[in-house]
Amino acid sequence: MNRAVSRQIPAASRSFATATQIPGAANLNGNVYAGRHTVTLIPGDGVGMEMAGSVKAIFKAAHVPVEFETFDLSSYNPATDANKLKEAMDSIKRNKVALKGILHTPVNRLGHISLNVGMRKELDIYASLSLIRNMDGKWATRQQNVDIAMIRENTEGEYSGLEHTPVPGVVESLKVVTREKTERIARFAFDFALKNGRKKVTCIHKANIMKLGDGLFLKVCRDIAKEYESSGIKFEDMIVDNASMQLVSRPSQFDVIVCGNLYGNILSNIGAALIGGPGIVPGANIGKNYAVFEPGCRHVGKAIQGSNTANPTALLLSSIHMLRSLELDDHASRISNALHKVLAEGRVLTPDLEGKSSTTDFTLEVIANL
Amino acid sequence: MHRVARFARAQPTSAFVHRSFATHTSNETGTFTADGKQVVTMIPGDGIGPEISRSVKQIFEADKVPIVWEDVNVTPVLKNGKTAIPDDALHSINRNKVALKGPLETPIGKGHVSLNLTLRRTFDLFANVRPCKSIIGYKTPFDNVDTVLIRENTEGEYSGIEHTVVDGVVQSIKLITEEASRRVSEYAFEYARSIGRKNVTIVHKANIQKLADGLFLATAMDVAKNYPDITVQDALLDRVCLQIVQDPTDFSDTVMVMPNLYGDILSDLGAGLIGGLGLTPSGNIGRKASIFESVHGTAPDIAGKDLANPTALLLSSVMMLRHMKLEAHADRIQKAVLKTIADGQHRTGDLGGKATNTAFTQAVIKNL
Repeated sequence: MNRAVSRQIPAASRSFATATQIPGAANLNGNVYAGRHTVTLIPGDGVGMEMAGSVKAIFKAAHVPVEFETFDLSSYNPATDANKLKEAMDSIKRNKVALKGILHTPVNRLGHISLNVGMRKELDIYASLSLIRNMDGKWATRQQNVDIAMIRENTEGEYSGLEHTPVPGVVESLKVVTREKTERIARFAFDFALKNGRKKVTCIHKANIMKLGDGLFLKVCRDIAKEYESSGIKFEDMIVDNASMQLVSRPSQFDVIVCGNLYGNILSNIGAALIGGPGIVPGANIGKNYAVFEPGCRHVGKAIQGSNTANPTALLLSSIHMLRSLELDDHASRISNALHKVLAEGRVLTPDLEGKSSTTDFTLEVIANL
Repeated sequence: MHRVARFARAQPTSAFVHRSFATHTSNETGTFTADGKQVVTMIPGDGIGPEISRSVKQIFEADKVPIVWEDVNVTPVLKNGKTAIPDDALHSINRNKVALKGPLETPIGKGHVSLNLTLRRTFDLFANVRPCKSIIGYKTPFDNVDTVLIRENTEGEYSGIEHTVVDGVVQSIKLITEEASRRVSEYAFEYARSIGRKNVTIVHKANIQKLADGLFLATAMDVAKNYPDITVQDALLDRVCLQIVQDPTDFSDTVMVMPNLYGDILSDLGAGLIGGLGLTPSGNIGRKASIFESVHGTAPDIAGKDLANPTALLLSSVMMLRHMKLEAHADRIQKAVLKTIADGQHRTGDLGGKATNTAFTQAVIKNL
């Protein structure tokens, strides 16, 4: 297999002390009793169970005051799980905060629609944040100096699910872009930039071809950019095909990216591949009333399910962001330090990072470093 | 007028030549001269276009390729208030059925529709073929890239059907038809056969767009049944984006086929893996004609200074030669171009060298 040459010098990484501030994630007024937070947990399909198990074990060892309400939803049994889905959604609405793995979506036309997308729409958790950056560690990566915050609109665009067949053999699929939702996501992107000292927001679009749809997206982003001009945050835009090319050849030029649903999907996958894979990309879905934390590069991992080789880092990092949003910063920092130490040391790593250890070994190593 | 029968290329001075009143004669495969050469339309384009086209012509002449060029200009004219390609350009491409195109300047202003779009619609260019191969001598973080991508070129997200439903709400319609999906899939399988790749990968997002991408996927799988010698599989777009960057060699044995937008993005992604649009060839296959082109820009800052790199246009012309079944010439010219770059003494500025366009061209000719 053709792998890139190992890095000689560790990449510059964000210091542990300056944690990422996620706009709106705190102050969700969730479910707290006697200092113990109740959080919904949906492990998901594929490697979800194993990763969730890892997070639970680490939380226990670190004495994190979080109670999980766990729902073993599986997309492979949608019929029997219809009730469970409702219970899970109600739970999130009560607790306001959730940690989640990825649920499988069948390709079959008669299969149900994506549960992930459905959840995001119902909870209106419109802002998807994925943090893609080179971390201290010895695994080979294609590019250095990558530190991108990918902010993607989560509820409309190409994922509207509105399709029809006017005559047999002809299908129309609607991509919906609204000013309201674009404004929301643009503001989130700029607020994120402001809170985290980021310098530039790049809007990704294809407005030269989709003049109305992406044209609206671009225009609204430009308008919002003007409101943040005085804070010195630069705004630029790039066409999505060029962006893909630039992302693989010179990713260091990107800082914060704001884009629609499909482009975000594509770019976050490209980005993840550059820095070591989906196993280490954290993510969060933020809405006005709820926050659902899940891995930033959304793959189910069916192929390695049950083999105890999954990398729990993505879910663990996401859970650390969750802890910060619950204002449990001490616990968050403790786990974060342990995790980054294990990654940087490189002795105990899962196969996706060129290691030979199992999920369990990795988990135990993180616990040992707490 | 007496139609000249289409005779084997190996004998251009065959005794079958009949005297005819016109120098060139056309049939459904193209236009041929009295001595058996095929006439090919050349659209030099703008900016560095003329220089790189000249390089191609010189190299073709040196290799004695049996081609005669017909230069045309596609700068749009306003006909009855609408943008249109000049008539003689249209007729030329219609007659010759094969064209080579350099970069075009996009005119800014009212009433000018994208030239590429106009060409595509006029000649029904339904498949865009984008091979991406690592160029030895130009190092990128990605080695041994050898991907082939076929993109549906007429519909999908680029249907241009959009409207404002109410103020602040816009709908863009992505159109997928069985006919177009079938056409491009068939081409993909045929192309795979012709280049000896035994596998076709259908790239889609049918889990989210169940009807639209679902139709594309189902049609492609149906076409696959007619090609039992070629295996077929499907892959989700996000997984392909991830895998192709993690390890591009995973795709060295397959031909990817996909709808318009995904093809646009993935083909530029592929170009990024090997070093940019200046090194990537592209072919547009149509029912009425096929146009091979370089996909880089006009580079106005270096136009006229003999600094341009003709590699992209050269590699596209090689694709064109294969399309015209002139395999031997294609192989020789491709080898010569790649050898010149690999050798390193005559690289143009964009590849980190100092050679002029002329020097590079002469070096390629020497390497033939």
